[in-house]
Amino acid sequence: MCEVGEDYRAPAGQPPPRPGREQKCVKCKEGLPVVVIRAGDAFCRDCFKAFYVHKFRAVLGKNRLIFPGEKVLLAWSGGPSSSSMLWQVLEGLSRDSAKRLRFVPGVVYADEGAACGQSPEDRAKTVAEAKLVLQSVGFPWHIVALEEVFSLPPSVLRCSAREPVGTEGAYKAAVDSFLQQQHALGEEQQSLPCPPRPPIRAGPPTAGQTEALSTLFSSVETLTAKEELLRTLRTHLILHVARTHGYSKVMMGDSCTRLAIKLMTSLALGRGAFLAWDTGFSDERHGDVVVVRPMREHTLKEVAFYNRLFAVPSVFTPAVDTKAPEKASIHRLMEAFILRLQAQFPSTVSTVYRTSEKLVKAPRDGCAAGTPGPRCLLCMCVLDVDTADSATAFGAQTSSQLPQTQPPVAQAEAPTVSCCCTGMGGARHCCRTEEDPRARVIEQLCYGCRVNMKDLPSLDPLPPYILAEAQLRSQRAEAEQIQEYLLEDREDEDARPGES
Amino acid sequence: MAAPLSVEVEFGAVVNPGKRAVRSLLFDGVKKHQVTLPGQEEPWDIRNLLVWIKKNLLKERPELFIQGDSVRPGILVLINDADWELLGELDYQLQDQDSILFISTLHGG
Repeated sequence: MCEVGEDYRAPAGQPPPRPGREQKCVKCKEGLPVVVIRAGDAFCRDCFKAFYVHKFRAVLGKNRLIFPGEKVLLAWSGGPSSSSMLWQVLEGLSRDSAKRLRFVPGVVYADEGAACGQSPEDRAKTVAEAKLVLQSVGFPWHIVALEEVFSLPPSVLRCSAREPVGTEGAYKAAVDSFLQQQHALGEEQQSLPCPPRPPIRAGPPTAGQTEALSTLFSSVETLTAKEELLRTLRTHLILHVARTHGYSKVMMGDSCTRLAIKLMTSLALGRGAFLAWDTGFSDERHGDVVVVRPMREHTLKEVAFYNRLFAVPSVFTPAVDTKAPEKASIHRLMEAFILRLQAQFPSTVSTVYRTSEKLVKAPRDGCAAGTPGPRCLLCMCVLDVDTADSATAFGAQTSSQLPQTQPPVAQAEAPTVSCCCTGMGGARHCCRTEEDPRARVIEQLCYGCRVNMKDLPSLDPLPPYILAEAQLRSQRAEAEQIQEYLLEDREDEDARPGES
Repeated sequence: MAAPLSVEVEFGAVVNPGKRAVRSLLFDGVKKHQVTLPGQEEPWDIRNLLVWIKKNLLKERPELFIQGDSVRPGILVLINDADWELLGELDYQLQDQDSILFISTLHGG
């Protein structure tokens, strides 16, 4: 044993023996391998880079969703995966014209410090670091604070009319016309795919909004619900930025590892019906803005190595769960579960991930293709809830939950309630407005979001746009119901004239 | 008897153009440590190094970094910028002036 140690220290002419490093790169058979990926394949630095870059471009090329000249918003959290995505786009745009990515990027960075209880000084420091990276990237950028959810309009929660889905032919035509345009513009313009524009940043959040946001997050009873709430609010904010600045695609940096964890977490959270949207390459739930996940074939290990070997900058930001123990939330538990399995069985992540690839987005049974049913107020998925089907466990849960959440008013004023049951439109409307706003919000949520909202003792601290949209929707639903009654009455009259 | 070694131990994966120190919460905000491992009977390997780190560098919650006698799943180890899987993982014998980097791929880590 001792001799081995001495050997290493001996200033011998030849490099010391390195166990395992005699093997060569599996691709070029020459280079010294630096990273092991895909269960045992050793890659050298150059081959790893080629492999990594190719995979990013292949995912975009295969799906043909991003049209040339289209405005694409890159959602950058500062973390390794989204930073890597940023750099891949940057590199893709600077390539020679045949291989160049042809969309017009912008970056959005959401400062979530208030939700994690960061001090104003720390937040300023993090934002300054983020700004530094954004300046070096040079794309137009938007820094938004999570507090801005308090000034969002309720229209964020509406699914805008879907643009016609691009067919193969449409994509080719778009590429051709783009190339012609570029040709006409001349060479000097081509070298500048996106002229630098002034950065867009709203003023810093007001102290009142920061206060409101931290009140909201501290009122949430579990870390699981906190993480879900943060994810929901962040999505709405990014969606709003995309819409107000005319971006039609949003790129998220979810890696393969992260998506495998997300798939299992979503299952545990009761979001099984939406797995295909939550984890697929593209997510069209918002209609006019489509979310795409171009990093979905890169594992976190690949991302970490690439960022290290090629000096991709990222910004460290504490998350709501930083330093949290392993069992603090379903998200953390699932992460530990998957990563531990992965350590013993190196195909775990890819197996789970491949499952997510096979999921098909099918409309629910009973929903006609053209008319999607009502959507969840928070996650904006088509509701998976069937209130009529009270025989299922879920039906039991909802029917047991609703009376509970209704205030004692409903019982005290029993006569009013019974008047609703007679089916008179006007009476229904009058007692509906007295109904608990909580019940009104809950009934507009999907199963997963309902379960989640159980950990929010009061919905009052929620940003106003959510409550306003909930009210708007239930009023609209009532108006429709009234309309139905009116129509029925007329039909009745027509069918049996004189009887009424 | 192995002589004392000087190795660089680094935590976190963040390379920043501004060369700003990046806070790694577990290790009291210090990212890079130049450490001197005392001479001992057995040669220094990664397994021993982890024990030494746990005793000397970890400020709190060792379970977030170490599990059993190895690192927690989700933490990558790079030895002189190469994957430790190529070098024998826990059994790699440290040499003077080696640099060992730990990268966490864990959420919020």
